[in-house]
Amino acid sequence: MAMIAGLSVLSLARFQFAMTTVFHFFFVPFSIGMALVTAIMETRYVRTKNEMYKKMTKFWGRIFLLSFAVGVVTGIIQEFQFGMNWSNYSRFMGDIFGAPLAIEALLAFFMESTFIGLWMFTWDRFKPAAHAALIWFVWLGTTLSAIWILSANSFMQHPTGFAINQATGRVKLVNFMAVISNPQLWVEFPHVVFGAFVTAAFAVSGMSAWRILKHDHVEFYKKSMRIGLTIGLVASIGVVAVGDLQTRFMMNDQPMKFAATEGIYKDTKDPAPWAVVELIDTKNHTVKDNVDVPYLLSLLSYHKMSGSVKGMDTVNKELEKKYGANKNYYVPVKTLFWSFRVMAGIGTGLIIGAAAVLWFSRKKKDTIENKRWLLYLTGLALWLPFIANTAGWFITELGRYPWVVYGLYTIADAVSPTTTAGELLFTNIVYFLIFSLLGGVMIYYSHRVLVKGPDGPLDTDYGVAKDPFAKEAFAK
Amino acid sequence: MSGLQILWFLLLAVLFIGFFFLEGFDYGVGMATRLLAHNEDERTQLVATIGPHWDGNEVWLITAGGAMFASYPLWYASLFSGFYILFFLVLFGLIIRGVSFEFAAHAESARGRSIWRWALFCGSLIPPFILGMIFTAIIQPLPIDAQGNVFATLGNQINLLTIVGGVAVTLMCFMHGLNFIRLKTTGPLRARARQYNQVLSWVLYAGEVVFALLVFFFTDFFAKRPISTTLIILLIVCAAVIQHYGVLKDKELVSFIGSGMGLALVVGLIFNGLFPRVMIAQNAAHSIMIADASASPLTLEIMTGVTCVLLPIALAYFIWSYVVFHKRIAPKGNA
Repeated sequence: MAMIAGLSVLSLARFQFAMTTVFHFFFVPFSIGMALVTAIMETRYVRTKNEMYKKMTKFWGRIFLLSFAVGVVTGIIQEFQFGMNWSNYSRFMGDIFGAPLAIEALLAFFMESTFIGLWMFTWDRFKPAAHAALIWFVWLGTTLSAIWILSANSFMQHPTGFAINQATGRVKLVNFMAVISNPQLWVEFPHVVFGAFVTAAFAVSGMSAWRILKHDHVEFYKKSMRIGLTIGLVASIGVVAVGDLQTRFMMNDQPMKFAATEGIYKDTKDPAPWAVVELIDTKNHTVKDNVDVPYLLSLLSYHKMSGSVKGMDTVNKELEKKYGANKNYYVPVKTLFWSFRVMAGIGTGLIIGAAAVLWFSRKKKDTIENKRWLLYLTGLALWLPFIANTAGWFITELGRYPWVVYGLYTIADAVSPTTTAGELLFTNIVYFLIFSLLGGVMIYYSHRVLVKGPDGPLDTDYGVAKDPFAKEAFAK
Repeated sequence: MSGLQILWFLLLAVLFIGFFFLEGFDYGVGMATRLLAHNEDERTQLVATIGPHWDGNEVWLITAGGAMFASYPLWYASLFSGFYILFFLVLFGLIIRGVSFEFAAHAESARGRSIWRWALFCGSLIPPFILGMIFTAIIQPLPIDAQGNVFATLGNQINLLTIVGGVAVTLMCFMHGLNFIRLKTTGPLRARARQYNQVLSWVLYAGEVVFALLVFFFTDFFAKRPISTTLIILLIVCAAVIQHYGVLKDKELVSFIGSGMGLALVVGLIFNGLFPRVMIAQNAAHSIMIADASASPLTLEIMTGVTCVLLPIALAYFIWSYVVFHKRIAPKGNA
């Protein structure tokens, strides 16, 4: 295989997939969630006729539109990438993988892109209720898109409804209903979509908290913050609850992934303790310096106070028996172990934090402004869901190693035979530069929206100066 | 070759036609922000004509790509990996273009806005040019191995036909955009766009003659399907004449339909010439055929059912959005 500067085509293609997906997935959950938050705000405006909610909708809508734009352009890379970098995979999986992508475009992308255009430019044209319906269609589009792309991903995690075509050696669709009723999908989709709501909810409350700390439009931001935290509290309870279902599904379905997230090499004793932290020695398959909570792993795994959990060494033997001893079935243990702790820790922390801030800002006894430390924490918490989302994907995707389609096709087989290391190095560098630029500009402009505040220019008019005192009005 | 396979080959052509017809004028408007507009106010007026639509128009490309993956996975895999750098350039253009609208609206300084306006211009120029190159590269024989891997050399990607193809598609998109501007604006831009197309129509005729000659020398289209190829090329010229007529008689819708038909017929010419292949190999035994490249009959059946339900619904609200924004955009100060 071609190499450049010691890097193989395979490792460069894997790096590119990781980089483009992680970057894309900063914006996807944020957009899905922001569509919901914006829709809820506009609905409150329709219900209450309170102008503040209209202002709120437009204000947070601006930040939603920024993230949507970056989400769209980074999404196109994903669709092209399967053909460009993973052509063998596309040939192998095309019979099943292409359909969800095509349906996603037909059903979801047309909907979200058309209705977002309508929503942006028709504030003065439609009655409030009809206008609010437009943003709900945008939200519906973003959520439907998540179902279809995750049904494709779920097949890669847990193939269903297929047969191997003996003549070509490729996957062949046998039962479409089995593909979309994949049990993996129906634990993965709610987890991801609740995670999306969490992301936007805490972004809104976090940004609001920073402005409250600056004594800027306190009433406006406090209301925004409470809306954010209410959605955030419900969604983060949802994400943890569904996460529990997903983990227990994974335990039976991909035991290596599960054992790695718990850092277990040897089968545990019964009842199994849960390691909060431990040092993992991947060479000798041992762990040390672990801090354990007794019973907890049994409780998490089986919802009872007893039961032993299989370790990676045992799982490895089973996999070698099933798929042959010529592959390495050990996944990147340390990454999975710590990713899981970061993700679960953030999820639990957000529930407690949201509940606390909601309590201290309740109508009867609102003392939140005196608790500046809590506002600081809320402000910082805006970054946490992004970290948790990324950690979640690391577990899902890296934990599938060495498979690209679990049990059927390895990552090494999937890569394009025609792509050269030089091409991949070049595109990796350019993507990295573009992403740094887009991410930086997105954060900068969002920050400017915040600084200008709810009384700043809020209509996305693509530069038509509505303010008669604006600089443009005096130019020439 | 089954009926479903032929249906999906045609559907892909329809999706690419939809893409070039719609996103074609988007790109043209983007090019016009530098080539037609004289100042920032005019640029703003131009951008406002496509503001609510460009994202939906771009979805046609994403749908075409997804539908190709679903219905012809072997074509999708060979095409996208075979023209790796060209597709990367398309992506690059689409990325800077896609963010430019929103980012320009947030830019506070004239310089900041100018950067994103330039991104729009470059992002509107690169994709049609490169897609024109890709589509004219795949109608020439390529080095393809028995597994369908395309080892395209530089000469396969950059030669006289692909460069003329790239320029032709870019020119047609620009003229299509100018016709759209004539339909969607009032004021000086509308008149200037008409003047431009009066001149460009002659350039287009000349380009079409060169293009037809190159198709004759570089491809087997005239050898394999002499009648239909000649017929479609004549129709392309007819479309250019209709476009020109609309310009001369100042019938804006007629010229818009003419320029759009031209783009649609170019896609038609390519799909007609490719049939029953999807990729043409130098070693004819390695050409990728419709019969082998498609997904299984079950996948095609399901996709057909899904498309029959979803496409009309999508088209309904898609067209409705054009009805909502049917008004012309006036120059600044004359609203």
